[in-house]
Amino acid sequence: MAPMRPLLEVEHVTLQYKTPQHLVTATYKVDFQVNRGDRFVLLGPSGCGKSTLLKAVAGFMKPASGTIRLDGRAIERPSPDRMMVFQEFDQLLPWKTVLQNVMFPLTESGTLRRRAARERALRSLEMVHLSGFTHVYPHMLSGGMKQRVAIARALAMEPSMLLMDEPFAALDALTRRTLQDELLHLWDAVKFTVLFVTHSIEEAIRIGNRILLLSPHPGQVRAELRSEGWSRNGDHAESFLALERQIHAMLFTDQVEDTARGTPHA
Amino acid sequence: MHDETKREPLRPVRVQLRASAPEKIGDVSRALSLWERLSTNSLALRIFILTLIAVAWQVYASIVDNALLFPTFTDVLDSLWRETRNGVLPDRALTSMRLLLTGYVIGIVCAALLSTVAVTTRLGSALLSTLTAMFNPLPAIALLPLALLWFGLGMPSIVFVLVHAVLWPLALNTHSGFLSVSETLRMTGQNCGLRGIRYVIKLLIPAAFPSILTGCKIAWAFAWRTLIAAELVFGISARAGGIGWFIFERRNQLETADVFAGLFVIILIGLLVESLIFRTLEHVTVRRWGMQR
Repeated sequence: MAPMRPLLEVEHVTLQYKTPQHLVTATYKVDFQVNRGDRFVLLGPSGCGKSTLLKAVAGFMKPASGTIRLDGRAIERPSPDRMMVFQEFDQLLPWKTVLQNVMFPLTESGTLRRRAARERALRSLEMVHLSGFTHVYPHMLSGGMKQRVAIARALAMEPSMLLMDEPFAALDALTRRTLQDELLHLWDAVKFTVLFVTHSIEEAIRIGNRILLLSPHPGQVRAELRSEGWSRNGDHAESFLALERQIHAMLFTDQVEDTARGTPHA
Repeated sequence: MHDETKREPLRPVRVQLRASAPEKIGDVSRALSLWERLSTNSLALRIFILTLIAVAWQVYASIVDNALLFPTFTDVLDSLWRETRNGVLPDRALTSMRLLLTGYVIGIVCAALLSTVAVTTRLGSALLSTLTAMFNPLPAIALLPLALLWFGLGMPSIVFVLVHAVLWPLALNTHSGFLSVSETLRMTGQNCGLRGIRYVIKLLIPAAFPSILTGCKIAWAFAWRTLIAAELVFGISARAGGIGWFIFERRNQLETADVFAGLFVIILIGLLVESLIFRTLEHVTVRRWGMQR
C-alpha cells in the first residue's frame, strides 16, 4: 500500500497564552500525526496542554512556533471542517431546537440549503437515537442527550476531523460508558477521524486506536501507543488493567524506558 | 478477606413483589378547592389588594370631603370615563405614545449600533464604557433645557431627551450581556463559520437576549418617566399636548379629579405594556428557551 500523507501534521508546536500576570507555555515542541480514520487520543494530567492543543488544531489560537497542517494546509482560523464537541453542556444554542441546532452549522457555513440541511440533520439525529426529540429545546434535555446532540451536530457537517474536548467528562459514570460505546458504534458506521482529549486512562484505552501521552508543565510528548483492539474486548479485562497500569506508570513515574520495553500483551 | 473465586452469585437480600395498592395510600393526587387555588393565585391576591385600596380611598375622601384637594375614588372614575368618552384622554395618550415610540425606536437603533461597535473593536468598547459611565447617571430630563435651546419648543427636543433616556441603559445592558456569553458558545459560533456582523446577529444577540430584554424594559420605564416630566414642563404645541400636558393643564384649572384620571391613564399604559408586550415577549423567547425562569 502506498504511504498516504497524514491528515493532520503537528510539528514542533509550542503554544503560549497570556493570563493577566503571566505568559504560560502550555505545550513545548509537540509532534504528532493523525491519519485518516484514526481515533487519536491526547491523554495527560491537567496542565499538560491537551485542551490547548485541541484549540490550536481547531484554529482558536496560533502556535508560538511550529506548524499545524490539515491536509497539507496550515490552519489559520476556526472552520466547520473541524467540528468541535466541548465538555460543557452550554455548547448548544439555547434559542434553537435540537433540530435547528444540528442544522445551524450546515446552513450558516453555506454547506447545504435549508431543505437538504434538514434532511441531513434528521439522519444525523437518528444515528444518535434522538429522532424523538427534534423539536425540543436544549434545556429540556439531560446532559447525555445534550452531548449526543453536539455529536450529531458535528457529524452532520461531515468534517475532515472531529475534535472532542473531554466530551463525556461532565456525565455520570453510567451515561459516560453508554456514550463511549455509542461513539465507537458511530465510528464503525461512518469511519470519521477523531482527535479526542481526555484525562481518563480508561477512556483513552476504550476510545482510541492511538494514544499520545503528554507530561505536564509544559506539555511535552511522553510516549505514543497503539491501542487498537483493546477498546471493546470485555474478555480481556486482565490485559486491559495491565495496559492501564502501564500507562499510569508512564505518566506518573520516570520509568518510561523500562515500561515501554515490556510487551503490552504481557 | 474473601476469596474472589469462591464468592456466591449475587442474590437480592430483599424482594418486594407488589407495592401497596393505591387505594390504601389515600389520595395520590386530588384537585385543590377553589379557596386553595385562589389563595395562591397572584392575580386574585392583586385584585383583592386593589379593591382594599379603592375602598380605603373612597372612605377617607368622603370623610375629608374636599374635592379640590382629594376627590373621591368614584369622582376620579367618573372623570376618567367622561374624558375618555369625549376623546380627550385617548387623544392625549396617543400623542404621548407616538412621541415615546419615536424616541424608543431611535434609541434602540443607536444602542444596537454602539454595542455592536463596542463588541467588535477594542476602541469601541472603551468608547461605550466611557460614555455610559458619563451619561447613565445623568437624568435625561436634565438635558431638556439644552435641547430646548438647540431644537426649540417642540417634538425634536422631546425626542432628543427620550433617545438619551433609552440609549445608555440599553447599551449598557446589551454590552454586559454580550460580555457574559459563555466562552463555549462563542467558540461554537466561530466553529460554525460565523464572523463579523453575522456573528453578532446570529450568536451574540440571541445569546445575550435576557440582558437585552431587561435593558429594553429599563429603557422603556426611563423613557416613559422622562416623557411625562418633559410634557409637564411644556406641551408640544397648544393643541396637541400629551398626557403630561393634560395633567398640568387640569391642575391649572383646579380639576383635581381629572389630574387623578391622567395619572390613572399613565399607570394603566405602564401596566399594559409591561404585562402584554414585555411579558409576552419573555414567554416566546427567554422562558421558552429556558434562559430565564
